[in-house]
Amino acid sequence: MGSSRSSLRRVPDGQQLLQETGCEPERWFCLGLRSEDLEAELSENPIGDRIVGAFFQPGQETVDFPSFVRVLAHFRPTEKNRTRDGVQPEPANSRNRKLKFAFQLYDQDRDGKISRTELLQVLREMLGLQVTEEQLQSIAERAIQEADLDRDDAICFDKFRKSLEKVDIDHKMSVRFLE
Amino acid sequence: MRTMNYSSTKRALAVLITCTFLSLPHGCNGESPHKPNAGATILPPTKPDNGPQAYPEDVPSNLPVFTMDYPRIQIPFEITLWMLLASFAKIGFHVYHKITIWVPESCLFISIGLIVGAIMHSVHEEPPAALSSNVFFLYMLPPIVLDSGYFLPIRSFFENVLWFAVVGTLWNSIGIGMSLFAICHIEAFGVQDINLQENLLFAAIISAVDPVAVLNVFEDISVNEQLYIVVFGECLFSDAVTVVLYNMFSFVAEMEVVEPEDVFLGVARFFVVGLGGMGFGVLFGFVAAFTTRFTSRVREIEPLFIFMFSYLAYLVAELFAISSIMAIVCCALTMKYYVEENVSQRSCTTIRHVVKMLGSISETLIFFFLGVVTITTDHEWNWGYILFTLLFTFLWRGLGVLVLTQIINPFRTIPFNMKDQFGLAYGGLRGAISFALAFTLPDSIGRKQLFVTATIAVILFTVFLQGISIRPLTEFINVRRTNRDIESINVEIHSRLMEHTMAGVEDLCGQWSHFYWKDKFMKFNNRVLRRVLIRDSRAESSIVALYKKLELQNAMEILDTVSGDISAAAPSLVSLEQEKKESAKPKKTFMAQDLKNMHNLLSKNMYKIRQRTVAFTSKYALPNDNQPREILIRRHASIRRSLRPGSFQSTIPNSQKYFSLPTGQSLGSKYPSARRSYADDHETMSEVAYPTRRSRFSQPKRSSSGAMMPLHRLGTLKEVPSTDFLNESQGESFGKVHSKPRTGSSHSDSRFPAHRRHFDPPVDNNNGSADDVRNEDEAEEEQQRQHRGALRPPPSWAAEPRDDTPRNPLLRQPQWNPKK
Repeated sequence: MGSSRSSLRRVPDGQQLLQETGCEPERWFCLGLRSEDLEAELSENPIGDRIVGAFFQPGQETVDFPSFVRVLAHFRPTEKNRTRDGVQPEPANSRNRKLKFAFQLYDQDRDGKISRTELLQVLREMLGLQVTEEQLQSIAERAIQEADLDRDDAICFDKFRKSLEKVDIDHKMSVRFLE
Repeated sequence: MRTMNYSSTKRALAVLITCTFLSLPHGCNGESPHKPNAGATILPPTKPDNGPQAYPEDVPSNLPVFTMDYPRIQIPFEITLWMLLASFAKIGFHVYHKITIWVPESCLFISIGLIVGAIMHSVHEEPPAALSSNVFFLYMLPPIVLDSGYFLPIRSFFENVLWFAVVGTLWNSIGIGMSLFAICHIEAFGVQDINLQENLLFAAIISAVDPVAVLNVFEDISVNEQLYIVVFGECLFSDAVTVVLYNMFSFVAEMEVVEPEDVFLGVARFFVVGLGGMGFGVLFGFVAAFTTRFTSRVREIEPLFIFMFSYLAYLVAELFAISSIMAIVCCALTMKYYVEENVSQRSCTTIRHVVKMLGSISETLIFFFLGVVTITTDHEWNWGYILFTLLFTFLWRGLGVLVLTQIINPFRTIPFNMKDQFGLAYGGLRGAISFALAFTLPDSIGRKQLFVTATIAVILFTVFLQGISIRPLTEFINVRRTNRDIESINVEIHSRLMEHTMAGVEDLCGQWSHFYWKDKFMKFNNRVLRRVLIRDSRAESSIVALYKKLELQNAMEILDTVSGDISAAAPSLVSLEQEKKESAKPKKTFMAQDLKNMHNLLSKNMYKIRQRTVAFTSKYALPNDNQPREILIRRHASIRRSLRPGSFQSTIPNSQKYFSLPTGQSLGSKYPSARRSYADDHETMSEVAYPTRRSRFSQPKRSSSGAMMPLHRLGTLKEVPSTDFLNESQGESFGKVHSKPRTGSSHSDSRFPAHRRHFDPPVDNNNGSADDVRNEDEAEEEQQRQHRGALRPPPSWAAEPRDDTPRNPLLRQPQWNPKK
């Protein structure tokens, strides 16, 4: 454990980061070396720019290491049998926070709802060429219909979470090495 | 519906009757003592009458008009008949589809074998003595193993497959051997003469797991991927381990006295055999890869190299008595990676198909023989021994899985829960390998018959009972599945979004190259291996030809998809639109048909994620290669986007290379035929085709929605007269056709970031990222090739997105650096 202590000292807010994310900072150092490959793969990803955008706080143009770590902490596998007292804040990798991350990928303007246009944008990015605009509209329409409780043509976070309750989020949104 | 069932039943009946008739000649022999002396197989002549003793005694005075000479063709004839029979059986099963859902194929083959055996037995015919040790090990086993090895996902190594296979098999065999030896001491069973070595030998034989049936079931119910991968990989490696153990123990069993040092030597030998096999395999793999580097002119025999080298690896390993299975598997794994880059598209497909075919036939035949032999050999049945064997088999497998999972679970991201472990334990069916090993036991083993009987009993029990029951059981206990239920549109969209997110995040984290050794290996790979083993300067034509081939396939697919979907989906959607306009209701009601269409649309059109885990590959089917096409479609999308107004300036001449089908023009016209005729050429560009396509060119539609059938073809570089922007790229190996052949295309798997990055990156740095992907989705081997093919032509449009400054600092890269 000596090594981790020393690395904690090196990282600004190391102790706090450890507490927040539950993960030792030395692991995160390796991430810095990877930047040149980022672009290649992310550009392949249909929502690549959204993902990258999620790392930035609104209005900021740069991301520093702690924020980077904080965002990535969402993707740690969830530990099921950790006892939490009420004092601790919700861990970064809880199911709720994972869902919130996904929600924010849709919700670029951070108003707490996925509006129809936002949904359409995402759909357009994810779908191929063969889908016409009308089909896209119908799909978006249907999606909102299913999830919309308060008839305001948008999906709120609660309904988003509810519609995904059967999906194994923990499995889906966990990255292996972030132990 | 009823008529359909009726007709399919009729068909099934017809096929089954045909099968029976085919097998009749085998059994139909009036004179059993007349065994033609032409060799090992003893099938009777096909004519129901007196047959070949109609040799006239006297010299014929006239020219005989009609003669028959059966013994000459007997052996190949009988082999062919057996294979045909097996294949007909296979057709027969799939005709009536419902059977294969409930009864695994292995059961069916064994049943047919049993029937044929019964027929043969009733006419006192012996089974073909063709299944000797040599025939099995030299001819029947290699195709099966090659089949498994070629399609083995590399990722399985990371899923602790080796652990389960090697340690598990060891555990099983030693455990079963020891307990059986303990049983032997009980006098009541009368098996005291079996000593420890023989018990261990027998235990090694029946610990070979062959969960073919299980894999089919798992795939049908979409069990979670980790479990699937472990079972898949374990099957393969347990075969290897078993054969090694078998050889060891059979050697030991023939020794009179076993010293302690022999045990030590045995362990050492185990490692030598295993690692030696791997080493040989890798060596041969490299040689094969190197050879294919030079085969650009002799495309037709490219598949031959693959098969010959793998087989050679197998044989040489057999020569040195090291693990030939490991050799051939490692050879296939190594080879596949490099060879699939060197070799043409057609050869690639050929190789895969032939590998699958050979493996399938081999396995079928073995199960067949199993059924036949069951009936026709003399059995030595010993209740105690056999029942205890069954018991111990289950017991030790269950214990083994339990213990091993407990040990390995803390190291896994997603640990196996109890249901997974149950699936793993229950999926331990025994199969072809056990049977063949038992059947070819040396006769010096005293109780060989007992062993054979016991093995057959175990196999039959596991295959029939477990094979048939595993499906209801796994559904009942609800093994954790991959979530393939489509519950609602919402879920589907959101799930897909999350998957994309995860793929992106993993890329960010460098998940796959996080492992230090892997990183190092990848660097070594890029710098050294790829330069040596992969063809350096590829003929431009082949790249472009590959790309064109892809395009063609893509076009065909769009044709199929679009015509189907539009016709189905359009009416309802159109009617909905009208409804909307009329009533101006805020809510549309969606009919079930619309929902179905939507789901279809989504599932067909959503970009699939870069594979994080291996795709489900059935043992009897080829892996799915939709992904490379999809990447291609994505490229087109980005190209289209980049062609939107505002980005045109100097790119107009370049955009001449986009062939797009204006909307409204039917695809059924000359367009496909032109492409089809193209495809008939050997991978060279056809001069003829180009002018026709060029004439059909029109400005690409820029509206994002209107074009329903855009068919963008990145023009071949042949038509690019201007090379100015290409000059800006530094040392780039874009296969410019006739103007500037570039070299250094060991960066062949470049992933060219379409709309963001420009032309300057030397492409080899993308190796890292692409390699990561490749290493994780071995099942989609084509991806890399077609990436390369897809990426070569891009520079023509590369000039345009200059105004699209990267929005994120993370992505703003001034210069690509090759991986250090």
